[in-house]
Amino acid sequence: MIQGKGHPKDAFLRSERLPHIWCPGCGIGIVLNAYLNALALSGIPREEVVLISGIGCTARLPGYANADSYHTTHGRSIAFATGMKIANPKLHISLISGDGDLFNIGGNHIMHAARRNIDLNVICVNNFNYGMTGGQHGSTTPAGSVTASSPYGNLEQSFNLPYMMKAMGASYVSRWTALHVRQLTRSIAKSFTVRGFSFIEVLSVCPPNFGKDNGFADAYAQMQYFREHCEIDNNADLHNAGVTFSGDRPIILGDFYHKTRPTFHDIEREIIERVRVDR
Amino acid sequence: MQAVQKYNAIMTGNEAVAFGAKLARVGFISAYPITPQTTIVEKLAEMVANREISAHYVEVESEHSAMAAVFASELVGVRSYTATSSHGLLYMHEMLHWTAGQRLPVVMSVVNRALGPPWNIWTEQTDSMNQKETGWLQVYCESNQEALDSILMGYKIAESPDVLLPLMSMEDAFILSHTSEPVILPDQDQVDSFLPPLNLSFRVDLKNPMGYGSYSTPDGPYMELRKDMMDSLRNSRKVISKVTKEFGETFGRNYSGLIEKFMMEDAEYAIIASGTLASTGKYVVSKLRQEGKKVGLIRVRFFRPFPDLEIAEAVTDLKGVGVIDRSTSYGSAGPTALEVRSALYGKSEIPVAAFIAGLGGRDVKVEDFEKMFQYVEQGKTGNFYINVKEAC
Ligand code: SF4
Repeated sequence: MIQGKGHPKDAFLRSERLPHIWCPGCGIGIVLNAYLNALALSGIPREEVVLISGIGCTARLPGYANADSYHTTHGRSIAFATGMKIANPKLHISLISGDGDLFNIGGNHIMHAARRNIDLNVICVNNFNYGMTGGQHGSTTPAGSVTASSPYGNLEQSFNLPYMMKAMGASYVSRWTALHVRQLTRSIAKSFTVRGFSFIEVLSVCPPNFGKDNGFADAYAQMQYFREHCEIDNNADLHNAGVTFSGDRPIILGDFYHKTRPTFHDIEREIIERVRVDR
Repeated sequence: MQAVQKYNAIMTGNEAVAFGAKLARVGFISAYPITPQTTIVEKLAEMVANREISAHYVEVESEHSAMAAVFASELVGVRSYTATSSHGLLYMHEMLHWTAGQRLPVVMSVVNRALGPPWNIWTEQTDSMNQKETGWLQVYCESNQEALDSILMGYKIAESPDVLLPLMSMEDAFILSHTSEPVILPDQDQVDSFLPPLNLSFRVDLKNPMGYGSYSTPDGPYMELRKDMMDSLRNSRKVISKVTKEFGETFGRNYSGLIEKFMMEDAEYAIIASGTLASTGKYVVSKLRQEGKKVGLIRVRFFRPFPDLEIAEAVTDLKGVGVIDRSTSYGSAGPTALEVRSALYGKSEIPVAAFIAGLGGRDVKVEDFEKMFQYVEQGKTGNFYINVKEAC
């Protein structure tokens, strides 16, 4: 056996928990790597970082990072993070979860966290289906896609997440894919510096479920699709940024939006100051 | 009585209940994926897509929405079905009270799975035991065949004008849900003659508009409506007996109503259990009988209505009884043990030992049952955890 000096990110990984549970070719490990690199770049001490997730394949990610982490219940990760951040504003809270957790069963909470502009860094790994339960369709499954629960094609319209999150009041919105590792890493690092609610969507690959059922023989094929069909446009009209795999429209990526506005804490502090002075 | 039928399929518990819903000709299905329930609704999605079954199917955004959706579809008079497990069932809780309170005979499959934290996907009954106060009938199945048949009997019981309450049918995670067994798939014609179409007298009807949900003051009908639910649930035991008998006559498979008695004729000691724990229990009872011990087993099929009269009658003359729960009521004892003690109060002085076993899917083995029988024979009366490691 070859004895190496260990992995450069050993300090950030709970290596005793490896190997991870993800399928061969899954994109989630790439996001873990990008996140840990961004964390190292940011210089934020690990002790101040908390990772939170809900349920699903992506929700297992925090369990591999060597920081405080909580694997909460189905859909409740945002509500959980809201309580934690408000109670201890010093914490850097990263919420890394899947599209099913954040936008289906937890869809209500993310709107309100963005509206309140709670200072959270949300990374949504969108694999276009419920991977962990075997590949059923959800709110991010492109219309027409075949899944375990839509064998003749999904009849529902899917969410356009960056458009939605900007409309809900997020301070920072970007989208990359599991192929765009450098851009993704930079965006995650940037989100650590953003005051307010930041949202990064990562389009990912799920070879045994969404991929297999929608014409992608393996992870490489779907990555190749990303390579050929993604266009970076930081000033894109997000209204047109819906994702399809039909080949007739580009998938728009970019660092779409960054506008600072007072956070929940800023306003809370201001009210407290004002009331104190008034009395 | 029909001639004994032959097995004509091999399927998992989840496939069996999906076939149960198909044979019951459900017209509306709504659900949300959760392990280990998912393959039920996946199978149904496939059947709907292939037009093997004429039903609307919608996968909604959460279990709470799934129960709200079947509530409403049932209210327009369409036989409706959903399935869930564990945290999904807990998330439905509010709507479970509503479905029962509105007297809607929905049937739901529940795959019994443990609750977090820590996360655990193996079998335990705490999820459905948490729902025993909602007004739903509850039946715990022991085999894939029973899981299928309970859907057919379930609709017939729930839709009876003397009941009109929803019913949940349980199967143990993985042990039934994902394990294949030989099953007899009944004929559609036979099922149709056993289970006529739903005819809900108070359904939404454009010709006869009504306000639903509404409002009641403390003086209003609220308390009376709640008492009526209790009366219907208690009286549902008559409907359950009648329907199980009729099912036996039609299909040749005899379920014994609220409880099943195994080797109880001359028994001196017995264990009360439900779900697949009862299967291991029956094996151990047979083994101990060969050793000359007069032991038996009572399997609780229906937990709601609770078979208090039936159990009291079956155990009054025994020398001791033990009750196994695969769930806990923290700060008290196992839910079945509590019910059994209450059922025996004032009727029998026999010692009751309460066991909690198999939480989070831990195996309950033959030797565990032998130990529990020893406790019962020793006349123990406390609460005991079985096969717990010293320190973990
Ligand atoms: S099911 Fe899909 S998302 Fe989940 S680990 Fe496998 S490839 Fe990744």
